[in-house]
Amino acid sequence: METSKRHFFSDMGVMVGRSMRHISRSLDTIITVTMMPIAFMLLFVYVFGGAIQTGTDNYVNYLLPGILLIAIATGVSYTAYRLFTDVQRGIFERFHTMPISRSTLLWGHVLTSLISNAISVLVIIIVALIMGFRSSAGVLSWLAVASILALFTLALTWVAAIAGLSAKTVDGASAFSYPIIFLPFISSAFVPTSSMPTVVRIFAENQPVTSIVEAIRALLSGQPLHSDIWIALAWCVGIMLIAYIFAMRVYNKRF
Amino acid sequence: MQAIPAKPIQVKGLKKAYKQHQVLKGVDFEVERGHIFALLGSNGAGKTTVVKILTTLLQPDDGIAAINGFDVASKPDCVRQVISLTGQFAAVDEILTGRENLIMIAKLRYLKHPRQVANDLLHRFGLTDAADRRVATYSGGMRRRLDIALSLVGNPQIIFLDEPTTGLDPEARLEVWKIVKELANSGTTIFLTTQYLEEAEQLAERIAILHEGKIIASGTLSELKKLFPSAKVEYVENQPSLEEIFLAIVGNKEEK
Repeated sequence: METSKRHFFSDMGVMVGRSMRHISRSLDTIITVTMMPIAFMLLFVYVFGGAIQTGTDNYVNYLLPGILLIAIATGVSYTAYRLFTDVQRGIFERFHTMPISRSTLLWGHVLTSLISNAISVLVIIIVALIMGFRSSAGVLSWLAVASILALFTLALTWVAAIAGLSAKTVDGASAFSYPIIFLPFISSAFVPTSSMPTVVRIFAENQPVTSIVEAIRALLSGQPLHSDIWIALAWCVGIMLIAYIFAMRVYNKRF
Repeated sequence: MQAIPAKPIQVKGLKKAYKQHQVLKGVDFEVERGHIFALLGSNGAGKTTVVKILTTLLQPDDGIAAINGFDVASKPDCVRQVISLTGQFAAVDEILTGRENLIMIAKLRYLKHPRQVANDLLHRFGLTDAADRRVATYSGGMRRRLDIALSLVGNPQIIFLDEPTTGLDPEARLEVWKIVKELANSGTTIFLTTQYLEEAEQLAERIAILHEGKIIASGTLSELKKLFPSAKVEYVENQPSLEEIFLAIVGNKEEK
């Protein structure tokens, strides 16, 4: 135990280095996690945007938070995939028979997910800036946005860990992300919920994505914060804790 | 603490069940330092279960399994310091290159010069030319060589090879045999499982036959050959092969 603890950070570095290489060598991953959300953004702004009434004069500003959430949801599905292949290919068995810190095996993937999603979020924001996105937010607001996105990433990553550890097939491992990628469409991410039929609107207004989108939107546009930010934080922290507990349970049962 | 240094591997009364299915029903054996020990058995005999328990991947239900005197269930960290496992399915990272795989494991074993260790092993296993290619492009034999090379990083005292030649072509199999023999000559204790009787015969100093969850015979090759009911041995030129011994013993047990 002593040695395992002492080497935690060195082990962690190796694990993160390894999975970051997996990402940088997978063109498919890079295209899907950054190019696809950017394509969505282009499509919504330059094709549908003209017909969408959001009450703002700059639709990119309105759209960006939802696009970022879609990008993160897509990104974590690859975390599930990488975890699944590690479990299947036997490399976890090798690691488990070595005197390394056990927890770094999962945390390495979690940290990689945070780093890689941060990179794709940055790229998407840069593209949005080119498309005319402007924000009056100060440093503190941007930090708050970064924190919410990081919490959202962590929450989804632990959900991804459950999927990656317990799936029987590759498709099963990433299938969990489809409903999550779809959630922003039934939220205020693309259009205001007031335009939706009652049943859909009730769902849209009470699901996590809407509160997260509204909180980020308010922070970026310098508007006063409503209760949204607390609801958003509660959703993220709640999902993260529950998913973490379940993921650890699956992990400890399996290994 | 102990007056006599503990044996590298000691197993006594080992039992393991998966749900209702009793896989190991009281397995006993010991392995001497520097020996090659082969656990022989057909598919589903429980060989991999034994390996998994000894390499701290599985907890036994009952009995004792100790590596260098350390109980695998209660002192897994002490066990992990001295062992390495080459499992049935190549535990290599396909997206990394051969060199990167070796450097990764060297770093995880906290060695001082990971690059040097990687270079040496690449050279020793004839993988220098392929060192900077992704493992996904390797042949089955190369992959297995890299897999074994990864297990040698940090010179562990005891190496577990779970069916090291399964799925390899004859040429690659001979290569693995050569590697295993060289390892044993350098003083490493090797525990290998195989379903190829010829392999056990070729490599191992001691052989134990695992059948239906129990060791039904163990000893050196010549000891095992004595167990063979060979009344006609005077008249028959060729010695019984291990395969015949195995089938004879298994047959006898089942008749009882």
